[in-house]
Amino acid sequence: MKNKKTKTIKVDYLARVEGEGALYIKIKDGSVADVKLKIFEPPRFFEAFLRDRDYKEAPDITARICGICPVAYQMSAVHAMENALGAHVNGPLRELRRLLYCGEWIESHVLHIYMLHAPDFLGYDDAIKMAKDHREIVERGLKLKKIGNQIVNLVGGREIHPINVRVGGFYKTFSKTELETLTENLKWARDAAYETVLWTSKFSFPDFERDYEFVSLSHPSEYPFNEGRIISNKGLDIDASEYEAHFEEVHVKHSTALHSVLKERDAYFVGPMARYNLNFDKLPPIAQEAAAEAKLGKECRNPFKSIIIRSIETLFAFEEALRIISEYDEPKNPFQETQPINGEGFGCTEAPRGMLFHRYKVDKQGKILDARIVPPTSQNQKTIENDLRAFVPKYIDLPDDKLTWQCEQAIRNYDPCISCSTHFLKLNIERN
Amino acid sequence: MAKKKPKLAVWKFASCDGCQLSLLDCEDELLALAEEIEIANFPEASRAFIKGPYDLSLVEGSITTPHDAERIHKIRRSSKFLVTIGACATAGGIQALRNFKDVNEFISIVYANPSYIDTLQKSTAIADHVRVDFELRGCPINKAQLLEVISAYLNKRKPVTPAHSVCMDCKRKGIVCVMVSKGDPCLGPVTHAGCDALCPSYNRGCFGCYGPKEIPNTSALSKEFKRLGKTNEEIKLAFRSFNGYAEPFRKESEAHEE
Repeated sequence: MKNKKTKTIKVDYLARVEGEGALYIKIKDGSVADVKLKIFEPPRFFEAFLRDRDYKEAPDITARICGICPVAYQMSAVHAMENALGAHVNGPLRELRRLLYCGEWIESHVLHIYMLHAPDFLGYDDAIKMAKDHREIVERGLKLKKIGNQIVNLVGGREIHPINVRVGGFYKTFSKTELETLTENLKWARDAAYETVLWTSKFSFPDFERDYEFVSLSHPSEYPFNEGRIISNKGLDIDASEYEAHFEEVHVKHSTALHSVLKERDAYFVGPMARYNLNFDKLPPIAQEAAAEAKLGKECRNPFKSIIIRSIETLFAFEEALRIISEYDEPKNPFQETQPINGEGFGCTEAPRGMLFHRYKVDKQGKILDARIVPPTSQNQKTIENDLRAFVPKYIDLPDDKLTWQCEQAIRNYDPCISCSTHFLKLNIERN
Repeated sequence: MAKKKPKLAVWKFASCDGCQLSLLDCEDELLALAEEIEIANFPEASRAFIKGPYDLSLVEGSITTPHDAERIHKIRRSSKFLVTIGACATAGGIQALRNFKDVNEFISIVYANPSYIDTLQKSTAIADHVRVDFELRGCPINKAQLLEVISAYLNKRKPVTPAHSVCMDCKRKGIVCVMVSKGDPCLGPVTHAGCDALCPSYNRGCFGCYGPKEIPNTSALSKEFKRLGKTNEEIKLAFRSFNGYAEPFRKESEAHEE
């Protein structure tokens, strides 16, 4: 009888993801017997060596968790520290932080859209091979990415591991004229980002939807970056300080990382698709128009379409950057002075790949006593595995190489960043 | 017939991926570069894999697991020219902070079930394990310097990556000294150039991303930090960061251990 056999799909080193991971799927008698998304990124022990460091070092040190989204680590770190110290950064400094985050979302999203994910839809190993047939498109992607990096470069000092972020604000601020040097490129990019939404919407998407619990920040008037309550489509509505009462990390034996789950329910979904579903009404008109033209509703449950949503968020980020620059007035001081006290602080911000939680305990000398960091990819990991469990049976008759590629694509839907390795384990790959 | 292109491979060990991302951040040069060199192994960017040997290997990250300590030897054997990129690969990186403590204590702080963790006591530089042909400094590396290294390799010349201090670049740029004018501690006098004196140009002291310059006078700088009112603990932390296990910085931080 057909399919009455065991077969195994293995990808020993997942490509076009950041960091080191592997995939293992066991198929028995035509159904999925086992799915493991394995992470063999070596542990780096950030939470351990943050102890006894100075609270002001947290943004510079935690940036080194991830070279793709260092700004996210810096933002969660400074907000958690300010929460511990009772400080609150407002006005143009707050706006500059949003501008910096726009830059990171753009460079990270465009990297994923054009260089890591689109090649799957169009059948290429990578963007360089894709450029042989689609040179103008790849060049457009590179130019968009470069403009995102220009924002991070100016506001942060450099693209990777920016140096300008500090607890209380920045080391240096900018005149309006300095920021306006970005404007012309941003205007071109806003149009190109709109085109990107339409381009990705024409890809062919597998018919695949699941009933996810989407979790993201939600702010009363803004599409979320740094502030807001943590909400879900299944009734969650909490402050960052309550995070650990609702989420826990389960140390699963079979492999991988610590899987983060909601205690009340189970696996959940963070990242662009979660933000979009929970905050559609906060997107600016141009992003909502693009979504409509792309025939994407206010809700989307097909993770393969996350590439369209990433494009919409990129468009949002360019629009938001232009808004911030046009309304900007240079602040008098680049930062607020902060004084250490005995305290505990929580910070949750929206990294390109989803919610990033930091908690610190500090003493009145400014020494970090305890740190906890939960990166987005460890939160999505269980959902990724569940997707594969549901996805593989539908495509089980595909030849192995095609099925493997489809599974890789299903993982890349989440833009997993395995280098955010604070919670990832070393493991051995099972081999038959 | 077209000349055979040299084969490039990018390898990752314990790291943040930022240094290899620098290659993809060369937005203006990437496609031109791909015409000169065959990208044979670069999993962050491509699912294609072409077998070695490789003409040029870029190695990111430090050695922290028994498996990686073996893997680097295989990579060395399949690489004609091996370049380490970034502070992790050249000095053990931020994760080398474990080297000053008991790693088992670190494991129990982070992980619920320490028995699953397979890690070495120390995070070490690639050059502690295999012969390295060229080291590119920085946390992260400077992408212009990365292009310089690749282009020097393609043109069979030595890369130009000056080994003087950040302080020299700062003076050359005419930036007001943050240590003299504001009393902010700055590692610029002992730190290897490469960032174009970035931090002082953003009103803050250098914190040593590029590691020690050649023959750094760290003890003289520590004396100056003391004069500015810094405690031994603060001096220790200043030297003990992204390049804390590079020997001159390690020794200086240990001299201020209390």
